[in-house]
Amino acid sequence: MNNKKTMSPERRRKAILSVVLAVICIIYVLPVLAVVINSFKLNTYVKTDTFALPTGEMWAGFDNFIKGMTFGNYPFADSVKYSVIITVLSTALILLCTSMAAWYIARVNSFFCKVLYFLCVFSMVVPFQMVMYTLSKTADRLKLNTPWTIPIVYLGFGAGLAIFMFVGFVKSIPLEIEEAAAIDGCGPLRTYFSVVLPMLKPTMISVGILEIMWVWNDYLLPSLVLNITKYRTIPIHIQYLKGSYGTVDLGATMALILLSIIPVIVFYLTCQKHIIKGVAAGAVKG
Amino acid sequence: MKKAKHTNNNSLRRATRMWSPLFLGPVVIAFCIGFVWPFLQGIWLSLCQFKTISDAKFIGFGNYVKAFQDASFRHAFWYTALFAIVSLVIINVLAFAVAYVLTQGIKGSNLFRTVFFMPNLIGGIVLGYIWSMIFDGILSRWSTSILMDSKFGFWGLIILMCWQQIGYMMIIYIAGLQNVPGEMLEAARIDGATRWQTLFKVTIPNVMPSITICMFLSLTNGFKLFDQNLALTAGQPFTILPDGTTVKQTEMLALNIFNTFNTPSATSQGTAQAKAVIFFVLVAGLGLAQLAYTRKREVQQ
Repeated sequence: MNNKKTMSPERRRKAILSVVLAVICIIYVLPVLAVVINSFKLNTYVKTDTFALPTGEMWAGFDNFIKGMTFGNYPFADSVKYSVIITVLSTALILLCTSMAAWYIARVNSFFCKVLYFLCVFSMVVPFQMVMYTLSKTADRLKLNTPWTIPIVYLGFGAGLAIFMFVGFVKSIPLEIEEAAAIDGCGPLRTYFSVVLPMLKPTMISVGILEIMWVWNDYLLPSLVLNITKYRTIPIHIQYLKGSYGTVDLGATMALILLSIIPVIVFYLTCQKHIIKGVAAGAVKG
Repeated sequence: MKKAKHTNNNSLRRATRMWSPLFLGPVVIAFCIGFVWPFLQGIWLSLCQFKTISDAKFIGFGNYVKAFQDASFRHAFWYTALFAIVSLVIINVLAFAVAYVLTQGIKGSNLFRTVFFMPNLIGGIVLGYIWSMIFDGILSRWSTSILMDSKFGFWGLIILMCWQQIGYMMIIYIAGLQNVPGEMLEAARIDGATRWQTLFKVTIPNVMPSITICMFLSLTNGFKLFDQNLALTAGQPFTILPDGTTVKQTEMLALNIFNTFNTPSATSQGTAQAKAVIFFVLVAGLGLAQLAYTRKREVQQ
């Protein structure tokens, strides 16, 4: 009581806001909690008792996870493997190639560079549906339909944003540093790798985060380009669970969804600062 | 001195140019495969009747006529436009409110920010599945489901998008709000402005650039939405018109184009590609409008 009296209206207002936000936060994580709860529940109860704790006869233990491993006639471990391969290779390829091209575009600035830059900016406003059919046919004909070659498709379709962000940053680096390197006898290649590349690090992280989030969660592009019977990424696998059985085992589906969002949440909590910065940078420019 | 520097710069450029195949080569090749060629071919094919690319036959604008005559496409357009506008308003109002509260220096701001942003990292397909389970869990009490009524599908998708996008827009708004000059707020306070007056007369005009960016972003996100739409309702429920065409009540433009490509009929591929071009013009138009608008603002400032 005494405490309340001494509290200034400003402080009380802030305390109330904190409580309100805390309640909203709890509501915000409820969907994820629902996934956790239902991944331990027997399939028949998921639909009828979605929000009940998996107690008593509803408890399925880790059966859903074991069943989920081979669920949908496709090993879940394989889809994790392919998702990781595609995400890592694509991001590495995009970062290396587009940063090199962006440096060249910003520094040489010839007519060809200007055209290329314009096309990159243009490609950012083109929705995927526009090239959906033709891109999948082209990729198929060039045999880019495996997890080891699809990064080339990602490099092509995703180059726009990355080049745009890198060019913007390179233009802000003073030319004198590179000139000094040239006077010291560095060729362009060495100038790029030992002088420019280290300076690009903050933008590398931002672009890398954006590409990782895009490629990891992408469904339509890999589902059209990859040979689906052999290679499925996690989103493809989860989408195909629906069609593979007459009735879907919701418990096992939730177990797989839980397994697929755990790495994302761990990644988020460890690199939170970079992720939020990268996303904000991409949004403001894109 | 200045001249010497200039020639030095030129020789650097010349030296760099010799390495162009290495610096530009990979991107140019991949960009042609992944964007330029499919884009040009896409425009050409929208003027053709085809089943596969090799049997394409030029027919002029017939595909576009068919696309506009397609009742399901027109339905998808209005449905998408309505969805984009409703989600734009709700997401931006809520995201701004949350960002405003979080910049007031309350306890636990960082934790709240972390939680609100989290859903943004979960992919669209997975999001769709999570929410279809939740909605069906709620609706099963009235023995119905999200697939039974297009109203459920519409508002369900709005709730899903709010959950995913509020945190994202909130981040942009927080950045904008932190740039509002402290002296201006202080001056307003000394002049005796109320909290609401300060908000509407000082804060909001100062974060206008962020508001513009967020509005355009949520508008284009709404128009381009695909994964969530596919995973949550996949267009259900369906109605069949008297002339036999099926209209998928909750199907948005991107999904409509995708489904048209997968329709087994002699003309559907061409129609789908024409729809894709129309869709491109629409989305690119929004993007260019955003660019022009931000440019204009920058000049004014």
